[in-house]
Amino acid sequence: MISLTRKAEFSAAHYYWNDAWSQEKNEEVFGRCANRNGHGHNYTLEVTVTGEVDPVTGFVVDLKELKDVMEREVVGVYDHRHLNLEVPEFATVVPTTENIAIAIWKRLEGKIKGAKLERIRVYEMPDLFADYCGEA
Amino acid sequence: MRAYFGRRYRFSASHRLHSDALSTEENQAAYGKCNNPHGHGHNYVLEVRVGGDVDEETGMVCNLMELDACVRKEVLDAFDHTNLNLQKCFKDVVPTTENVCIEIYRRMRESFHAAEVVAVRVEETNNNFFEIREN
Repeated sequence: MISLTRKAEFSAAHYYWNDAWSQEKNEEVFGRCANRNGHGHNYTLEVTVTGEVDPVTGFVVDLKELKDVMEREVVGVYDHRHLNLEVPEFATVVPTTENIAIAIWKRLEGKIKGAKLERIRVYEMPDLFADYCGEA
Repeated sequence: MRAYFGRRYRFSASHRLHSDALSTEENQAAYGKCNNPHGHGHNYVLEVRVGGDVDEETGMVCNLMELDACVRKEVLDAFDHTNLNLQKCFKDVVPTTENVCIEIYRRMRESFHAAEVVAVRVEETNNNFFEIREN
């Protein structure tokens, strides 16, 4: 078994807000991220898959296919969008880095031929990232 | 759902790798230029990873500000711009980056409880790093 990681980047806007809370509580918990005018980041996505190396091609997975799936399922949907307002899964879920990692997992799971999805890592900035590995 | 959250921090410190249990020659053989008598320093990068259930209300594994405050108190305020060899915790332990990593992991496991501290990684330079993680 071997792991392979492919990176992609997308830029998006978001804010943190829980409708069930007052403005004061939202600001207390989420700080500056609760500004309803939103703010944005250059996100880096790392998709790690594992599998056996195909004896003929020497690939775990076809990199072009992986790139195309990431582009179609994630980058094409998230890039230059407002996550809260334009991406359906964040209509009711706060688009924290953790929830973005989980949402990307759900978008990619079962769509990568011949390899198993092992980890989704999302960097919101170089010093902050979240990992989701499919755990319940 | 269990997810993991990682955050990177920086601190600068000096150290000298030297063991009182070894002779001068043995120290030089083991540690090379890191054994030079007056010490040297690094810009360390610390990565802390915590794991836990993503809170349904906040969407977070833990509050970033709480993690920052804990790392600042337990590690950065204690180590930044200091000589590691003079720290109480390194009185009888050589402050190799392995041991710095172990000490930071110990401090974080002991003091941060909002989520489980699952890994600590310390980068001494761009080209070498050490990591401890829960199995």
